Amino acid sequence: MAYERSDSTGADGGDALALKILVAGGFGVGKTTLVGAVSEIRPLRTEERLSRAGEHVDDTGGVDRKTTTTVAMDFGRITIRAGLSLYLFGTPGQDRFWFLWDELSQGALGAVVLADTRRLEDCFPAVDYFEHRKIPFVVAVNCFEGARSYGAQDVSRALDLDLGTPVVLCDARDRDSGKEVLIRVVEYAGRMHTARLLDTVG
Amino acid sequence: MTMDSAGRNPTDGNRAGGSSGEGSSADGSPAGGNPFGGGAPAPGSQWYDADAGPLVRPYAMTGGRTKPGPSNVRFDLIALVVVDDDPPGPAEEAVLGPEHRALLALCRSETQSVAELAADADLPVGVVRVLLGDLLESGFVRVSRPVPPAQLPDERILREVIDGLRAL
Repeated sequence: MAYERSDSTGADGGDALALKILVAGGFGVGKTTLVGAVSEIRPLRTEERLSRAGEHVDDTGGVDRKTTTTVAMDFGRITIRAGLSLYLFGTPGQDRFWFLWDELSQGALGAVVLADTRRLEDCFPAVDYFEHRKIPFVVAVNCFEGARSYGAQDVSRALDLDLGTPVVLCDARDRDSGKEVLIRVVEYAGRMHTARLLDTVG
Repeated sequence: MTMDSAGRNPTDGNRAGGSSGEGSSADGSPAGGNPFGGGAPAPGSQWYDADAGPLVRPYAMTGGRTKPGPSNVRFDLIALVVVDDDPPGPAEEAVLGPEHRALLALCRSETQSVAELAADADLPVGVVRVLLGDLLESGFVRVSRPVPPAQLPDERILREVIDGLRAL
């Protein structure tokens, strides 16, 4: 089957590399804004079976009968150079679309959890999700106008983050601010990965 | 799954099956001869059977299939799709459906991810996966797998990404 690994060194450009960063957080926290600030944004439609969670235990004969729903996500692409692209995916905000996260997070380099200090609890599920799956993430506090400002330390404590999880203050509308958030994710993902490699060796 | 075999040829699989329904009762094997199984068809319902379930519009263009064909390839959202260097001839291409051809045209314009193809073709991702499976099997495209989770890119690549982001 003509199914190539991305790290193959064929003469056909088969070594193109695509990396994925997720942007998660509660509804209306600015995920779309952030993705749009740093990349050309496009809406993506998926057609998903709502009862997908049961797929693995069900006889596949019954799968076709199940209800489907349309889920919209945002995604953007940043071309670093020819053959190296970074893809951003805004995860669906509603809880009932959790099943989509599993697919999105597979192979992800890392994630951004956007937080709004006025309703910090909205990002708890995302923090839990990435912690459990050991996906490197940074918490980016979107500093809305009129919201009381907190320090990164306060947010880290309030979210009970693991030691070392970066917290950055940002303005999701601002391109430079968004870039900085992404850079922190890539740096942190690199550190986490190196640490894990050392763990397995030592 | 009855739709699976009928759907392989999306344009006329169903139609051929429907017209063979009458012949099957004539040869004395009413249930076995009907490719859709089920009981005696009521007028106008020859396209349905108990197993087919409700029709879902987006998947009409895939002949009802919700998963790619026998190769069972799972197209990751960021898997890159490139046109094959040695694609089938124009005759094979002419029998492709309009959605297949639209995807192929997009692939030709630029190497793109599954997600981008879905957005540009304005089709749901699930549908695009099935259609790409067809194109892969018939040799029109190839797919490059993204980095597996346990195998993150080396530091040099990450450094390149960081520098690239700074330079944006």
